[in-house]
Amino acid sequence: MLAAVLVLAASTAGAAPPGGDRQAALLYLLRQDCGSCHGATMGGGLAPPLLPHSLAETPDDALIAAILDGRPGTPMPPWRFEISPDEAAWMVRQLKGGLAE
Amino acid sequence: MTRAIKPARLLVALLFLVVAAGAAGAEELRGTGDLGIVIERTAGAVQIIETSGRTSLGRIEGLGDLSHASAVFSRDGRYAFVFGRDGGLSKLDLLTRRLVKRVVQAGNSIGGAISQDGSLIAVSNYEPGGVRLFDAETLAPVADIPAVYGATGARSKVVGLVDAPGNRFVFSLYDAGEIWIADVAQPDKPVITKFAEIGLQPYDALVTPDGRTYIAGLFGEDGLAMLDLWRPEAGVRRLLDGYGRGEEKLPVYKMPHLEGWARAGDRIFLPAVGRHELLVLDAKTFTEIGRIPVHGQPVFAIARPDGRQVWVNFAHPLNDTVQIIDTQSLEIVQAIQPGKAVMHLEFTPRGENVWISVRDADRVDVYDTDSFARIGSIPADKPSGIFLTARANRIGL
Ligand code: HEC
Repeated sequence: MLAAVLVLAASTAGAAPPGGDRQAALLYLLRQDCGSCHGATMGGGLAPPLLPHSLAETPDDALIAAILDGRPGTPMPPWRFEISPDEAAWMVRQLKGGLAE
Repeated sequence: MTRAIKPARLLVALLFLVVAAGAAGAEELRGTGDLGIVIERTAGAVQIIETSGRTSLGRIEGLGDLSHASAVFSRDGRYAFVFGRDGGLSKLDLLTRRLVKRVVQAGNSIGGAISQDGSLIAVSNYEPGGVRLFDAETLAPVADIPAVYGATGARSKVVGLVDAPGNRFVFSLYDAGEIWIADVAQPDKPVITKFAEIGLQPYDALVTPDGRTYIAGLFGEDGLAMLDLWRPEAGVRRLLDGYGRGEEKLPVYKMPHLEGWARAGDRIFLPAVGRHELLVLDAKTFTEIGRIPVHGQPVFAIARPDGRQVWVNFAHPLNDTVQIIDTQSLEIVQAIQPGKAVMHLEFTPRGENVWISVRDADRVDVYDTDSFARIGSIPADKPSGIFLTARANRIGL
């Protein structure tokens, strides 16, 4: 029960945002390492685009799960080893809001 | 001798010097054989480098999104054609260091090739999926090859585009699992030969330096698809079928590349997908003769031009290391740590040096391949691909 509540909390806007340095590191990771498949401007590559309009229909939970655990059977790898659930939630908010140029 | 020079005179003299130097610069003859470019992926810029003095000669900006950008060269080594992620195709003059022309030819593209006779540039696109041909002189469009497959008329992303003898281009359809040959003898009417069901998700490909053998790596299953371009009627053959059978594949944090694949004598070295291994194949039979455990998931495995060594870099997060393998003993003879995020390696044409881009350190370093000592370095903004003009004379590059 507690776990369920925690998961819910992590997937809503209430999640604690990462600190400033960590935010910068996550944005860097997004552009550079996620960018190698999704495009440096998130416009897509071998992997689909992660632009606000492409993500709008998909619930946050599904996107956070994709980041943490990957999508088995596709090239999307899991990132749990270096991205926490709170951080993934923050990344999804950044992506849905659109990364600044 | 200590007579004071009047400021006005000094100015005139200086101006004269500047003009004279400019004129001399413009007229100074130089070849292109030791030139190359370094892609600055996020800045959308390219540096022009020379490998004799190991310096940067200049920078060209305004080339758009260059993540995953690659380049080919005109046969005279003067012009570089840069393929950007955002569909941009840019023609650069390495001698005048100017952008000659830039067209945005698609929404999302992955790479390109130049035809055997140097007259056509082909670009492989993700969006809209297909290949487009351009006049190498003017970048005017010549032909469009939509990668339409299946009953629904869907278009596939195109990868692994290379040139082949007989003015042909060969490429793979990621979503369709097909290999196509385009004969461009009549450039505006390409003749396509299709090979279906070659395997799941071909993600990149190579052609051997003799232009005979096209090999596509598969992401969706363990194995490679091979096409003999001397006998295309024999069809596509599967290599290393199920090379990781029964073993759990590791998640892949960066797609490996097959370009710059390594052949050394009678052995071929290829990165394994999702494994900390290099695959070693017999170059005649294309069967597996061994595997070499390495530091991480290999991204590039590139042979020194003499074939004596293979240099390997790795995917995130083990991407600060480069290992060097002796192709005779199959031992790792050296490991270097150039810095975080080693993106690419390019040997000088005869292999005495290798240029290495270290993205997170904002540097391109030059190593001596005998002593493994770092002998040079130039600053660069998030460097990725390094391309030297020696590629102009090689099939498949
Ligand atoms: C090796 C290639 C690769 C890398 C690197 C990669 N992705 Fe993905 N990603 C994919 C693919 C392919 C898919 C599509 C999966 C599918 O078909 O469901 C995907 C899907 C996703 C989705 C779901 C999109 C949707 O519309 O459902 C998200 C979110 C995502 N990736 C985020 C990331 C983030 C964040 C990173 C970096 C931390 C990253 N990806 C790195 C290949 C990659």
